[in-house]
Amino acid sequence: MPGKLKVKIVAGRHLPVMDRASDLTDAFVEVKFGNTTFKTDVYLKSLNPQWNSEWFKFEVDDEDLQDEPLQITVLDHDTYSANDAIGKVYIDIDPLLYSEAATVISGWFPIYDTIHGIRGEINVVVKVDLFNDLNRFRQSSCGVKFFCTTSIPKCYRAVIIHGFVEELVVNEDPEYQWIDRIRTPRASNEARQRLISLMSGELQRKIGLKVLEMRGNAVVGYLQCFDLEGESGLVVRAIGTACTLDKLSSPAAFLPACNSPSKEMKEIPFNEDPNPNTHSSGPSTPLKNQTYSFSPSKSYSRQSSSSDTDLSLTPKTAPYPQGPRIYLCPSSPSLSCGSLHLKKSCLLLSESSLTPHHSSLVSPVLRKSVSFSEELFLAASGMGSGSAGKEGGPFKALLRQQTQSALEQREFPFFTLTAFPPGFLVHVGGVVSARSVKLLDRIHNPDEPETRDAWWAEIRQEIKSHAKALGCHAVVGYSESTSICEEVCILSASGTAAVLNPRFLQDGTVEGCLEQRLEENLPTRCGFCHIPYDELNMPFPAHLTYCYNCRKQKVPDVLFTTIDLPTDATVIGKGCLIQARLCRLKKKAQAEANATAISNLLPFMEYEVHTQLMNKLKLKGMNALFGLRIQITVGENMLMGLASATGVYLAALPTPGGIQIAGKTPNDGSYEQHISHMQKKINDTIAKNKELYEINPPEISEEIIGSPIPEPRQRSRLLRSQSESSDEVTELDLSHGKKDAFVLEIDDTDAMEDVHSLLTDVPPPSGFYSCNTEIMPGINNWTSEIQMFTSVRVIRLSSLNLTNQALNKNFNDLCENLLKSLYFKLRSMIPCCLCHVNFTVSLPEDELIQVTVTAVAITFDKNQALQTTKTPVEKSLQRASTDNEELLQFPLELCSDSLPSHPFPPAKAMTVEKASPVGDGNFRNRSAPPCANSTVGVVKMTPLSFIPGAKITKYLGIINMFFIRETTSLREEGGVSGFLHAFIAEVFAMVRAHVAALGGNAVVSYIMKQCVFMENPNKNQAQCLINVSGDAVVFVRESDLEVVSSQQPTTNCQSSCTEGEVTT
Amino acid sequence: MTSELDIFVGNTTLIDEDVYRLWLDGYSVTDAVALRVRSGILEQTGATAAVLQSDTMDHYRTFHMLERLLHAPPKLLHQLIFQIPPSRQALLIERYYAFDEAFVREVLGKKLSKGTKKDLDDISTKTGITLKSCRRQFDNFKRVFKVVEEMRGSLVDNIQQHFLLSDRLARDYAAIVFFANNRFETGKKKLQYLSFGDFAFCAELMIQNWTLGADLKELKVLVADKDLLDLHKSLVCTALRGKLGVFSEMEANFKNLSRGLVNVAAKLTHNKDVRDLFVDLVEKFVEPCRSDHWPLSDVRFFLNQYSASVHSLDGFRHQALWDRYMGTLRGCLLRLYHD
Repeated sequence: MPGKLKVKIVAGRHLPVMDRASDLTDAFVEVKFGNTTFKTDVYLKSLNPQWNSEWFKFEVDDEDLQDEPLQITVLDHDTYSANDAIGKVYIDIDPLLYSEAATVISGWFPIYDTIHGIRGEINVVVKVDLFNDLNRFRQSSCGVKFFCTTSIPKCYRAVIIHGFVEELVVNEDPEYQWIDRIRTPRASNEARQRLISLMSGELQRKIGLKVLEMRGNAVVGYLQCFDLEGESGLVVRAIGTACTLDKLSSPAAFLPACNSPSKEMKEIPFNEDPNPNTHSSGPSTPLKNQTYSFSPSKSYSRQSSSSDTDLSLTPKTAPYPQGPRIYLCPSSPSLSCGSLHLKKSCLLLSESSLTPHHSSLVSPVLRKSVSFSEELFLAASGMGSGSAGKEGGPFKALLRQQTQSALEQREFPFFTLTAFPPGFLVHVGGVVSARSVKLLDRIHNPDEPETRDAWWAEIRQEIKSHAKALGCHAVVGYSESTSICEEVCILSASGTAAVLNPRFLQDGTVEGCLEQRLEENLPTRCGFCHIPYDELNMPFPAHLTYCYNCRKQKVPDVLFTTIDLPTDATVIGKGCLIQARLCRLKKKAQAEANATAISNLLPFMEYEVHTQLMNKLKLKGMNALFGLRIQITVGENMLMGLASATGVYLAALPTPGGIQIAGKTPNDGSYEQHISHMQKKINDTIAKNKELYEINPPEISEEIIGSPIPEPRQRSRLLRSQSESSDEVTELDLSHGKKDAFVLEIDDTDAMEDVHSLLTDVPPPSGFYSCNTEIMPGINNWTSEIQMFTSVRVIRLSSLNLTNQALNKNFNDLCENLLKSLYFKLRSMIPCCLCHVNFTVSLPEDELIQVTVTAVAITFDKNQALQTTKTPVEKSLQRASTDNEELLQFPLELCSDSLPSHPFPPAKAMTVEKASPVGDGNFRNRSAPPCANSTVGVVKMTPLSFIPGAKITKYLGIINMFFIRETTSLREEGGVSGFLHAFIAEVFAMVRAHVAALGGNAVVSYIMKQCVFMENPNKNQAQCLINVSGDAVVFVRESDLEVVSSQQPTTNCQSSCTEGEVTT
Repeated sequence: MTSELDIFVGNTTLIDEDVYRLWLDGYSVTDAVALRVRSGILEQTGATAAVLQSDTMDHYRTFHMLERLLHAPPKLLHQLIFQIPPSRQALLIERYYAFDEAFVREVLGKKLSKGTKKDLDDISTKTGITLKSCRRQFDNFKRVFKVVEEMRGSLVDNIQQHFLLSDRLARDYAAIVFFANNRFETGKKKLQYLSFGDFAFCAELMIQNWTLGADLKELKVLVADKDLLDLHKSLVCTALRGKLGVFSEMEANFKNLSRGLVNVAAKLTHNKDVRDLFVDLVEKFVEPCRSDHWPLSDVRFFLNQYSASVHSLDGFRHQALWDRYMGTLRGCLLRLYHD
């Protein structure tokens, strides 16, 4: 019984009228946690009741604290009949369970009803007393911090990045249980909300346990998703990157500590928390364990004790690091000895490969009934041989793997992070992805989610083998997703294969290795572009040149990645959002036939998506893509593909060649003319784009480069697979046969359409830029105005004679029009950039396409652009971002402001960091109560991990909320648009209220993970499910920091809050 | 391809002032889009008509959702659903409660009842203000009236507190409430030349200086007692001789004018007669003077002297009452005296 939860219900306001006769309400409140319920008195006849209740105390164990939400129900008392529910508030108390986050939750929460929406507000105070004497938790993982942010959070320093953690839990979906036929929609929705809340808590706790096992104390890049599998159940799954983090709050910790890291470590418990919380027992465990990390090999061996495979894992001998806990060890001995630049195969390109002649890949669906109680249909494109499948061999093997050791699953060198400290990323290969089509079946035993686990294990194995085949030992920017339609499910995973620098991470902890590292590899700005594989033994034909920056190493001509642009990368000009959009009709089919059809289509789609991306990239005159995300969505009668990425011109890579158009019937004069006309248009567009995005690479003479300037050509290659065939990497040649030049052949109307569609993408209006990454390359002078938004569009296709072309056009128009609308709506913010533009596509019904976009618009100051360029010499070679870099990097770099923007050796960075605690000292006001204002304080929301012009001083915990809204009076609520508009506004409001109650003033790394909308206009009904998450934080304006640096932190924060109200 | 659903939701609620104006003015989405197109916005921004349509719909939907809150402005400040900066909140409220001069002249002094609401069709036709806008304005009047009707304390303060209006607008609403409460007749043809501002000015003076129940009948002696009336006249004439361009006209009309002014006071004690206050003031004072072409300065001279001379009437004992009455009346008359 290690915890006491205390809840006080203070008051309510703006309650709805529940008694028509008096126009008033007799409200009371039920407070429920686990199986215990308390009630307040009934406050008669008021819409603004003042309950001022006693403290309701729940004595619970910490496992429940993690799993259960606090449930507050507001009811209207009725003497003669059942009490009417007004609405509920669910409060996740997890942020109270670790010491550095919130200490109290206190504020006004919207009272939410799944049928009526928000109905007034309630003021609640929640506290937790954790008993400190229990320092070993078996089942709970209190104290492990969670971050949605996909980089090391601002006010922390990574001591160790342990690696990949994942978990999933399954359950039956209450909506599909028999009881649902007799209960009200409200009861059903609430059962679902509560179940998902419970499952999220459980999932988080389990992930936390894994982190503790790995000796970590935090999960960064935590991504949790729901799969609504309908009849077959509900899956909640999460992935993340386990880390050991240090809070960068205490200057003392950095001072002389540079030479003796262990000393620094020991000091942390004291320095870290000036007002220690009694309930901080959780973190203490990981902190203690940090001592292990001083000697990585030791910790490996500890961990490996439970797994035979671990024996092979020690860095020096293992061909590949398999354990995530091993963060990034070099995959081979030669690598570790410093010749980092030389080897490794990498993946370049995102490729989709696929030439139709490889159709053998797309083999017939394998159907198998597996002995262990489940009938499982597998559609696997890569599993051609089939014999193994018939016997259920792979499944057994997987099962064995799974049961043998839970560790096995974690042994993926994957990182959900997308931004890293300089030097961490040695080489980047390219995108690796894997997809698998599965048929869903009922989950018979929720306690044994093997099937889903096995599915994901397969996919991850494939990703790993792709990376391996390309010689990269790690995958960064890793993510997983699903698309479900009826009983078919596409599982997707993708990431960027990379070579990482293990020593870099050990720096702070391994004594004596500092100098060594110095000599070894000074990371250069262009280093990550250099090919990691052996030039003479390339896994595929690629066109290489010497790096345009250092002239020493080879680079590919195009680079695709899923990560953010490294902050030290040299970029020419600005970047832009690039999207590939694609639809493919598919016959309606059942079960296996359907899965087969989908499997057959997938390679074609990937190929086309890739080709489109490549064309559009060239059309922009750019040579690299960052933040690439390819989403394949399955519907009843079609598949949609949407790829988004941010194109940039990397100075290290060669100038991209143009696009040549070739006709197939050269004898036709008018046709020739047409072709040349198109060619001219394309050339003009390229020229215009170069001007628009300010791409003026310096002229480089051939002699310097030492190799011929690359001719315009493209060879790309796809490492892609859709099956569980992990031994056999399916490599597809993307090089368009034998052709050297990048030629678009116009041999039929389809191709013509393609060229046309290339040219129809309209650039944003002047003053607007857009990207889907954290920062916009080439813009570094953000001002503080930000506007996060969500926009949703659903179009109905006319079902007559739908062709692929018509579909493509519809889809393309939908996306383009949506973007145009955004530009128009936000025109008052010009000059401005849409950052982190995130499109998701779903196909809710036969003829409906839904596109949901979330992004943030940030204003910037055009005039200051030149001033802030720190190295005027390199005006054209701006760094990706100067102002915000410290926000995106490891906190190691917090003081990089004081450095010139030259690439600096890590050792130097370290020194500076340790020597300049003064600079950081100002904003450690962790104990300062943030806006404890009685009026509504402004809460900013942003999908980015930072807030322009502000410092994040404290992370309060993750926000992870799931809501269902349903209506049976759709018309009365303004139709589907009115209904969804109101609902999304309500979701924002509830997120803000929770953040404010935690004492925060912003949510960073905000994401709307799901927005499932269903309507039935004939019945006047609609339902929507929304899942959002993010990190609640306290931020302080930089301007305030300067002004009040000598004052008390408290005033410091307050002033920032008041200012914030005006600016948002 | 048709858009089934099309929404934009910002963490900070986007308010487009131009669209808000169109919405307040009661234009349909289609009309609003047409008006925006005419404003040249497409050329300025390079947007398409479809974009404009979508944008307009979106703003209209937002305003529609905000309207419920605007009915009780303090709710707008405390609600959590829409994050709106305080300056924007103030703008939303102020504009929502703003009204058209033409409209307010039509309903000023009328009972804010369902009956009047039925006449809104006619008012809309007559004024060219859309029916929707007329309804909003009428409902605003009625809502404010209902809330402050029974309240104690300063009318303006009460309105400001409950509707968060600017000082200027709160004063206007106070006038509207005052007129509606007293049901002053303002619609007669001879009152058409008066603006809302004229009435609001008078209302403010009256609210500040007059209280109900004062025994204004006592003043009647000024005209009922012939000696007193003559004495009053001679005092005024003596004082103004040579100073007034229209002296002879004044002298000739003195008794009529004085009777008019004093009788107005007497009528104020009867609720039913109160309604005719402005009609009386115009008929009994403004019109006679105007027909004799009194310049405004002469009116001012006259009223000052007329009011002050009473102090020299020994037989009159209600000096304080008179001053309060005439102080306000003089202010009103001077404001009402124009073409």
